Amino acid sequence: MRIYLDHAATTPLLPGAGEAWQVAARTVGNASATHSWGREARRITEESRERIAAALGAHSGEVVFTSGATEADNLAVLGMAEARRQADPQLNRVLISAVEHPAVRLGAAELAARGFEVTELPVDSQGLLRLGVLSDALRRNPKGIALLSCLWVNNEMGAIAPIPEIAALADSYGIPLHSDAVQAVGLPSITFAAATLPGLSGLSISAHKIGGPMGIGALLIRRDAPIVPLTYGGGQERRIRSGTVPVALIAAFAAALDEVVLKRELQYESLRQLRNTLSDGLTALGANVIGPAHPNHQAPHILYAIFPGVSAETLLMLLDQAGIAASAGSACSAGVIQPSETLLAMGYTPQDALSGVRFSLGWTNTPTDITTLLQLLPDLLTRASSV
Amino acid sequence: MARLIAALSGGVDSAVAAARMVDAGHEVTAVHLALARNPLLHRAGSRGCCSLEDAHDAKRVADKLGIPFYIWDFSEQFQHAVVDDFVAEYAAGRTPNPCLRCNERIKFAAMLERAVALGFDGLITGHYAQLEQDLDGSVALYRATDGIKDQSYVLGVMTTAQLQRSYFPLGGSHKPEVRAEAARRGLLVADKPDSYDICFISDGDTAGWLAGFLGSRPGDIVDETGQVLGHHDGSYRFTIGQRKGLALNRPAPDGQPRYVVGIDAAARKVIVAGREHLAVQTLYCGEPIWCSPAQYGSWEGAVQVRAHAPEIPATLTATPDAVVVELHSPVLGVAPGQSAVFYQGRRVIGSATIIGTTPAKPASV
Repeated sequence: MRIYLDHAATTPLLPGAGEAWQVAARTVGNASATHSWGREARRITEESRERIAAALGAHSGEVVFTSGATEADNLAVLGMAEARRQADPQLNRVLISAVEHPAVRLGAAELAARGFEVTELPVDSQGLLRLGVLSDALRRNPKGIALLSCLWVNNEMGAIAPIPEIAALADSYGIPLHSDAVQAVGLPSITFAAATLPGLSGLSISAHKIGGPMGIGALLIRRDAPIVPLTYGGGQERRIRSGTVPVALIAAFAAALDEVVLKRELQYESLRQLRNTLSDGLTALGANVIGPAHPNHQAPHILYAIFPGVSAETLLMLLDQAGIAASAGSACSAGVIQPSETLLAMGYTPQDALSGVRFSLGWTNTPTDITTLLQLLPDLLTRASSV
Repeated sequence: MARLIAALSGGVDSAVAAARMVDAGHEVTAVHLALARNPLLHRAGSRGCCSLEDAHDAKRVADKLGIPFYIWDFSEQFQHAVVDDFVAEYAAGRTPNPCLRCNERIKFAAMLERAVALGFDGLITGHYAQLEQDLDGSVALYRATDGIKDQSYVLGVMTTAQLQRSYFPLGGSHKPEVRAEAARRGLLVADKPDSYDICFISDGDTAGWLAGFLGSRPGDIVDETGQVLGHHDGSYRFTIGQRKGLALNRPAPDGQPRYVVGIDAAARKVIVAGREHLAVQTLYCGEPIWCSPAQYGSWEGAVQVRAHAPEIPATLTATPDAVVVELHSPVLGVAPGQSAVFYQGRRVIGSATIIGTTPAKPASV
C-alpha cells in the first residue's frame, strides 16, 4: 500500500500532459528557426502559450516561460524592482509578506544586499496578510515602493491571501503587485485577467505542481510592466528571458493547465471533502490543524497539522515506512528539518514548527487514502512519541 | 534476520558495513546523522564528517544498496553533549576526546535509543572492532584484526547493553580490503579519504576554534619552580606534551627543549619543564564504564591513553568510582581529560577518564 500525500511538493503527471509531451518531443526544430521544422516547433509553443493564457484569463503576450516558479519569482522580484529603480532611483523599497516562499523571500534578501529597503508585512495567527496591515503600511509611508509581492496560496498551510483586494489597494497607490500563485492554480477564482485585476502585474506558476512536467513554469507579466532580465542571451521570451524554449515541456504544461482549469470546480469540491475528513480525523487524534478556518481563506489541498510532543522527523520516517508520503512543509538543509519561517511568522514556537507535518492532496487521492491514513496514525503517533 | 539501522557517515567504512549486513539478509535502514548546526557544503581534505556532501554520499550509498535512507538531526544533542563539553573541558585545563564522547552520548546512546524505540533491533557502524559472544552469551568487545585501523579505543565507553545491540561488520577486515570491496560493489565512496580530525573543527585549528568561544585569557608560562618564562593568551591553547609554540623568552639552563607538563587553568598557568618531567607512572581515573562485567580489585592488563597509541602493560585496581593504573613502564605526556581504555589481551574491559597522574621517578625514564 502506498499513499501519496505530498502533492504540494509535486503532483503526478496527468496522463494528458504525458501524451502531449510525447507528441511534441518528436518535433525537431528550434522554435526560433525560420525553416519548416522551426515553424512547427514555434506553432506548438505559441498554441500552448495561447492555451495557458486563455486558461488564466491572460493575454498570450503576457506569458513568459521560465524553468519553473523559482526562476519566475526571481525574475519578477529582482527584475521588476531593478527596472523600477532604474527608471526612478527613489523607488528603492520592496514590500513582501512574512510568509513568502524562499524564491521570493531570498530574492528580496538579494535586493536588500543591493541597497533596497525590504519590509516584511506581518501575518496573523492564521497566516493571512490582513488588508489593514497593508493599508496602514502604505498610508504611513507610501513613497518609494518599487514592488509588492504576496503569495496567493501559502505553500505550507494553504492560507489564501485576498489578492484581489491587495491588488486594488496596490493599484490605488500605483505600486505593481507580484504574486506567487504556484499553489493557487486549482482555485476556481484565480485569474490574471487585466480587466478583473488591473493591479496585478506579475504572477508565477509552475507546471509540475498541477500535473505537468518538472522544468517548466511561467511568469505572467503585463506587457507594459517594468522589468529587466536576469540572464542574458538570445532574448527568446520577450527579451526578458533567454534560452531555447523547451517545446515539449511547454506543450505538456499547457495540456496539464487546460485539464486542471477545466475540472477545477469539481476537483475543488472533492479535495475539500477529503480535507475536511482528514482535518476532523487529525483533530480527534489530538493534532492541531493550523491555518484559516474559513473555507474562503483555506486552500482545499493543503493541511498542516502540529502533533504536540512528536518529532516531525520521526513521524515522517514512520509514515514513509508505512508507505505514506507527507512532508515537513518547510525548507530542509541537508535533509534536516528547520523550523518553518512561515510558522514562526504566524506566532508558533520552533518546538511547534518541528512537530508539524504537511499533508497535501491531489488528483490521485481517494477517500480510502484518508481513512487508511487515519487508521494507521494512532499507532504511528504512539511510536513517534516514545522517541 | 534482524531489523537494523546502519549509521552511514558518507564514508567508505560505514558503506561497506551496511552492504555486508544487507547481503547477510538483514532488513537494513540507513540513517545519516546531522550533527553540525551549520554544515559545510563539502568536506575539506580529511576533515569533517557531516558536510552536505557527506549526507549526499551517504544517500547515494543507500540508493545503491536499495535501502531506505533518513537523516536524523542530532545537532542539538551533539552541540550540548560533545561540543559544549569539549569547550568546557579545555577551559578547565583538560584534554577531551570528542569522538569517545560522541560514541558514548550520541551514536550508541541517543541514536541507538531512538532506533530501539522505533522498533529496530540494533545499530550497524563501520567501526574497526570485533564483537564476540562469551560462553554465557554476553557480547564482548575486542580489538580489530587490522591493527592500524583498530578503533576499539573510541568504543571503550560502550556498556555491555549497548554492545549487545551493535554490529561492527568490519572488525575482521583490513582497510585495503574494505576499499577494494567498496569499489567492487560500485560504491562511489571507495576512494574517499578517511576522516581523522575533529569533525566540528573544519580547518583543524583547534586553538583558533576554541579562541572563538573562550576568548583571550592571558597568563604566564612558568617552569616547575614557578619562575615566569613567558606569557600566553589562553591556557586552552596548550596540551600536555606540547613543545612547539611556547615562545619562551629564556632557554632552559641545560639547553634542552621544554614541554608543557601541566596546565592550571584556574591560575591561568602553563607549566613547562624538560622532557623527563613528562613521564608518568600512575594514572588516577574516574567514572569507569565497563564493556564487560565490572572487574573490581587488582588485576593485570594493559591501558591505552589515546587513539592509535600503543598499549602499555599495567596493574589496575578498580572500585565502582575509580581506577588506579600502575604502569609497568612510564608513558610520556598524559593529560587529564584523556580517556584510559583498559584491555586484557585483545579484549576491551572498560574505560575511565584520567583525572590525575603521578610522575615517574627520573631514574626509570
